[in-house]
Amino acid sequence: MIAKAWWAIVVIGAGTFAVRASFLVFAEKVGRVPVGVQDALRMVPAAALAALVAPAVLRPDGDWEPFGPRALAAVAAIVVAWRTGSVLATMGFGLVAVLVLDALVG
Amino acid sequence: MLAAMDDAAAATDDGSPGVLTAFRLGAGAIAPILVSVLPFGLIAGLAAGAAGLGPAEASGFSVIVFAGAAQLAALDLLGAGAPLLVVVGTALVINLRMAMYSASIAPHLDGQSLPRRLLAAYVLTDQSYAVSVVRFARHDLDARGRYAFYLGAAAPMWLSFQLATIAGAFGGVAVPAGLPLGFVVALAFLSLLLPSITDRPTVAAALTAAAVAVGASGLPANAGMPLAALTGVGVGWVLATRRRRRIAAGDQP
Repeated sequence: MIAKAWWAIVVIGAGTFAVRASFLVFAEKVGRVPVGVQDALRMVPAAALAALVAPAVLRPDGDWEPFGPRALAAVAAIVVAWRTGSVLATMGFGLVAVLVLDALVG
Repeated sequence: MLAAMDDAAAATDDGSPGVLTAFRLGAGAIAPILVSVLPFGLIAGLAAGAAGLGPAEASGFSVIVFAGAAQLAALDLLGAGAPLLVVVGTALVINLRMAMYSASIAPHLDGQSLPRRLLAAYVLTDQSYAVSVVRFARHDLDARGRYAFYLGAAAPMWLSFQLATIAGAFGGVAVPAGLPLGFVVALAFLSLLLPSITDRPTVAAALTAAAVAVGASGLPANAGMPLAALTGVGVGWVLATRRRRRIAAGDQP
């Protein structure tokens, strides 16, 4: 079992590093990235972050909850993020909001 | 040496921050997010124990793989006796999104030497990627400043994660049971999502990715996430390209 775990560690590690390095390896003389590619890359943060956030907020634990504590807390957090631009304020406010809403509902 | 440090911190000729300053800015940007990373490191350590493994394996995972979500999935499967192929395959699918981060951040780090870029690759995470590209969009850092900022964000994350893993692996540290960890992490991403939405194509990219991610959230190995992100990128790209052509043709954007 230990040996199996270490095989997993090494192979996953190598594979993950390869994925991470994939485009960075070729960045040496990128120079002018084609405009079409620039457009596509510009979409990555918005798409990736939305893909990470949405399920955690709208479908925690697999159940569709568009008006659950997390969804409502997230809406409040969006307002805080928009007004303050502060990551800390957003996280703190959102956490308090979800704990309060959870307590009210549960 | 002090003079050299002054040089490093001083603004460069074109007014962009010196290397040390940029590093500190990166660290400042990641600081609030570290709070959400520590519990994950703890859990990575605890999960190794739950899977019947020891601190060596826990640290091995965190140092060699350095990807919390994939580690948790792999440990879960190892503990359940899954075949090595399934363990490895699941973890790698979960980490596929790093390819998008790599592609997206590479142009900002071009010109750096290969060893530096490989280091940048090793410490690439959702959070260090996100804070960096959001900051780079301001276009107020030069090439060395960008690399320094990125490392400033990535290094504290790496260190915190390793220390938290060790703490979790040796036990005696528990994560409060009622804490909605996944949601706190999502809040960090949410606050980075807003500044990355700058025009209609990015709005479309985000909404599309969100919809697909929620719909596909049941897929194994968290495959819904890279699928959703790719779909979002595709939709956003189509809109951005169409707008670019309209502008080139002289029409209103």
